[in-house]
Amino acid sequence: MKASAFDYARPASVREALELLGRHGDAAKLIAGGQSLVPALNLRLLAPEILIDLGGLADLRGITVEGATVRIGAMTRHADLLGSPVIAEKLPLVAAAMPHIAHPAIRNRGTIGGNLAHADPASELPAVMQAIDAVIVVRDASGERRIAARDFFTGIYETALRDGEMIVAVEAPVAAKDERIFFHEFSRRSGDYAIVGLAARATGSGNALADLRLAYFSVGDKATLAERAAAVLGAGPVDATRLAAAQAALAEDLSPQDDQQASGSTRLHLSRVVLARAIAVLTGDASLAGRATA
Amino acid sequence: MTATVSITLTVNGETVRAEVPPRMHLADFLRERLALTGTHIGCEHGVCGACTVRLDGEIVRGCLVLAVQANGMSVETVEGASDSGELQDLQDAFRERNALQCGYCTPGMLLTAQELLAKGGVPDRETIREHMSGNYCRCTGYQAIVDAVETTARNRAAARG
Repeated sequence: MKASAFDYARPASVREALELLGRHGDAAKLIAGGQSLVPALNLRLLAPEILIDLGGLADLRGITVEGATVRIGAMTRHADLLGSPVIAEKLPLVAAAMPHIAHPAIRNRGTIGGNLAHADPASELPAVMQAIDAVIVVRDASGERRIAARDFFTGIYETALRDGEMIVAVEAPVAAKDERIFFHEFSRRSGDYAIVGLAARATGSGNALADLRLAYFSVGDKATLAERAAAVLGAGPVDATRLAAAQAALAEDLSPQDDQQASGSTRLHLSRVVLARAIAVLTGDASLAGRATA
Repeated sequence: MTATVSITLTVNGETVRAEVPPRMHLADFLRERLALTGTHIGCEHGVCGACTVRLDGEIVRGCLVLAVQANGMSVETVEGASDSGELQDLQDAFRERNALQCGYCTPGMLLTAQELLAKGGVPDRETIREHMSGNYCRCTGYQAIVDAVETTARNRAAARG
């Protein structure tokens, strides 16, 4: 199908973009890389009156390190993150997730800001941002606001962004020296929407996990931190019994949906499977990987 | 009715000026305005890869880029990459390996494979499959396509010495 007609504006600055957004309100959509928006336009799921193209805002692109914080401009592309030695070193969980995000041709256009604003519950980055305790920096005509990633995603394609606000950057703490990470997703074709995915990080040594964060995606209406399961696993040395208790706790942490890809019960099962694999990697105890059911 | 926008871009080395409606995507622009019908349109929502073209040297989905977004940029289509001879050995390998039947996916397959091959070296089959994972073929299965890409990588590596 073809998109319905719309007007087009290409602001030269963030200030101009926000002015346009303020003037047009709900009639406008911001377009960053367009890799989720243009399909929605082509399918006529969306029919804005005007597109405001952020493609000219070069100052929103780039990765910088300021002290113990990595700042990623909203218009930084997936391909930029995938190829960045800074991301590989400072935010290894982001680096681990990047190859799973769509396909090369889409990573060459898609941006981190666009991805997070779109808030697809099956998308990787909303989970990764919660796992690494990132902050989403948003701006409107009156100034900036900083929103913790865990508070940013509120539902299917819904975020804490208010009318007139846009994402300008993401900030995340540099990974700890002893940080351990895990990323995996189940999908039908490499690069397709995940059926269930997990981004996890922890510090600590051996089977004692500290600061464990388990961020699930494509399970429920938004990327979700499994806090009960993480609390169980963080309460003492991890063994098969504790892992089984954490797997059971996922039933309370997650609200898996039925859709054409999988039933909710399949998703809960897969969530437990991937948890066992994650804990095996994070603890270094491979014998835990096969503990697939609660 | 919305206003058209003036764009100037380079397509296969030639400067093109046009007035386009903002809703027109790049693949439609190339096909309908410039008669470059080697860029195929399959799903029009970014799933199939038939519309793959290069934008400033990088592969993109032609159906997921608006023509107005390509203003000031350089576009290469399979016609350009074929005429320059850049794809000749890869095209030969596709033919020899029966890596196409109907040919609908082939322009996208060629440009996608060429991006991987241009990095040099001989990627293993898993790497080739991963790189090509965004391009659907509904006729041949992917074995022959991976064969053709792998063969071309080997031949180019041998030619480099």
